[in-house]
Amino acid sequence: MKNVLVVAELKNGLRKITLPAITFAKQAAQKLGGQVHALVAGEGDVSAAAEELKKYGVAVIWTASSPALKNYTAEGFAKATIKAAEAAQAGIVCASATAQGRDYLPRVAASLGAGMASDIIGLDDIGGKMAFKRPMFAGNLHQWVEITTDRKVVSVRPTDFDPPAAGAPSGEVRTLDVGIDPASLKTKWVEFAEVKSERPELADARIVVSGGRGTKGPEGYKETVEVLADALGAAVGATRAIVDAGWVPNDWQVGQTGKVVAPDLYIGLGLSGAIQHIAGMAGSKVIVAVNKDPDAPIFKISDYGLVADLFKAVPELLAEIKKLS
Amino acid sequence: MGDGPAFFDAWRRLDTLVAHSYEASLQFPGRKVLNVKILCTAKRVPDPEIKLRVAGDGSGYVKDGVKWVVNPFDEIAVEESLRLKEKHGGEVVVVSIGPADAAQQVRQCLAMGADRGVLVKHDSEVDSDAAARAFAKIVEEEKPDLVIMGKQAVDYDSAQAAAILAELLGYGQAAYASKVTVSDDGKSVRVVREVDGGLETVDVALPGIVTADLRLNEPRYASLPSIMKAKKKPLKETTFAELGVDATPKVKSLKVAEPPARKAGQLVPDVATLVKKLHEEAKVI
Ligand SMILES: Cc1cc2nc3c(=O)[nH]c(=O)nc-3n(C[C@H](O)[C@H](O)[C@H](O)COP(=O)(O)OP(=O)(O)OC[C@H]3O[C@@H](n4cnc5c(N)ncnc54)[C@H](O)[C@@H]3O)c2cc1C
Ligand SMILES: Nc1ncnc2c1ncn2[C@@H]1O[C@H](COP(=O)(O)O)[C@@H](O)[C@H]1O
Repeated sequence: MKNVLVVAELKNGLRKITLPAITFAKQAAQKLGGQVHALVAGEGDVSAAAEELKKYGVAVIWTASSPALKNYTAEGFAKATIKAAEAAQAGIVCASATAQGRDYLPRVAASLGAGMASDIIGLDDIGGKMAFKRPMFAGNLHQWVEITTDRKVVSVRPTDFDPPAAGAPSGEVRTLDVGIDPASLKTKWVEFAEVKSERPELADARIVVSGGRGTKGPEGYKETVEVLADALGAAVGATRAIVDAGWVPNDWQVGQTGKVVAPDLYIGLGLSGAIQHIAGMAGSKVIVAVNKDPDAPIFKISDYGLVADLFKAVPELLAEIKKLS
Repeated sequence: MGDGPAFFDAWRRLDTLVAHSYEASLQFPGRKVLNVKILCTAKRVPDPEIKLRVAGDGSGYVKDGVKWVVNPFDEIAVEESLRLKEKHGGEVVVVSIGPADAAQQVRQCLAMGADRGVLVKHDSEVDSDAAARAFAKIVEEEKPDLVIMGKQAVDYDSAQAAAILAELLGYGQAAYASKVTVSDDGKSVRVVREVDGGLETVDVALPGIVTADLRLNEPRYASLPSIMKAKKKPLKETTFAELGVDATPKVKSLKVAEPPARKAGQLVPDVATLVKKLHEEAKVI
């Protein structure tokens, strides 16, 4: 059981967020002296995603197709992953720590009798043991854990492993019969209400503009955060406070319990920088904060801080940015 | 039975006298009371507002002098359980695993309105897997219709216990719930889930498991009388040994450290300087 199995995430094809988990898998496979296998699971023809995966240096790509996998359920995906883990002789099973990965991987661990490390941000060696590095307590502390079982399950924080470079297609595609009876699943998918957006995805945008309670309301948020984001071709983010208040969709929340982002540039407007928010953006390359309170904690982690009223600063920012182009 | 406003008023007054308000049967006289038995879990965690320090041996955090609270997500789970009980009738049992002092946090949940508590006394840390295996034993004994847990415990941020429990019991699961409705026949729950890209709705057959996300509800504060009353509510203590569950963690902490601090940045005097620096110095726009 030296191989490492990565489970791909699909949404109209392969989700890019799968790629950092492949990087982790390669590191882990090297330590174990095994190969990287991948699982592409869905309904109908999933070969396009399998072809896409061939670019990233995976030895074997298992494709599983079943009516039971038409819509995601934790039970269905766990069952398919467990089958694939057996077929791949996987010592480590991993996926990116997305809403999906976090949801079904613990079921896989329970079924395989494996220990699981969530949200890992690094793979180290401590005293000859494989040490999985992860944040705890909203990133206030970092923890290195050992998984004592032979089989191990890991969810990989996508922001902390660089995606592998695409290369010449390689790897062998094999079909996996998962044999899941849809009627056996105790969770039935009903519907999905998508938050549609023309903007880049928050999780992998190069620039993120985020707003907090200082934007004063949904209108204020639109006029400042969204307008600035569109001028920069950026994704938008938010604090829990304004998501709870219903100003913006929940999907935009950045932080310990929202999305974790690590863009090249993160601009925070009218947000205080609570530890739970910082947990989701501290890995950004450059952090800019605009806040009217000079003592706001966000300034402690900002590369560039501007003490100002954001409603005055944003129009000026737009004018200055225009001058650049 | 009458169904005029007077009838309602009388019932509403009476309602304040009885412990359980069966809203469903009040609003729709003749509608069946479902009586949902709910088990929810509540972990004692350090107050999320405080800063934790690394313990001397590097294997954990300093626990002395820490202010403890009910895990925020578990408070939401308890609140949801209470609301479902208020609507459908039934019972709410709160389970916690932790040292003897964690009884305080269980009492807090009882003060919110839960009926009974179970504390699995254990001094050292257990991982989500051992916690889930203990819960599985308690579920087998208690036979609840629905288990509501927190999406994650904010001490280790593992977010595993509920899904492990669901797998061990062969239950369906709906994690990250922002809305929970029991079906009319009481055989399933419809759950709206906060996931990447939007909101997903699923039906989970009962018995089943739901985990609470932040926007499910706003937990109530316990009133002084209910805090007094909670002192008399039953709280059973047990242990891993009594449950016949091995508490050995599958995941062990090797080291804990402060994350590297971000380099302190600079304050810029105005927007023009900011944009110039982002363009020329940081080269990000
Ligand atoms: C278990 C738990 C999990 C949590 N998870 C998350 C999470 O994932 N993400 C998250 O973000 N939070 C999370 N929180 C909440 C977090 O603790 C904070 O409450 C929240 O981040 C604060 O949001 P805010 O910065 O918008 O509001 P505030 O803290 O109220 O800050 C508003 C800021 O705006 C500034 N301001 C006001 N007006 C102006 C103006 N005109 N111009 C410029 N600046 C102005 C103020 O000076 C202030 O600093 C969590 C909390 C808990 C307990
Ligand atoms: N020791 C514990 N006592 C009570 N509940 C727990 C314990 N450990 C985990 N849980 C429950 O499981 C959820 C997820 O925990 P975790 O997997 O540790 O993040 C928590 O929100 C709790 O509801």
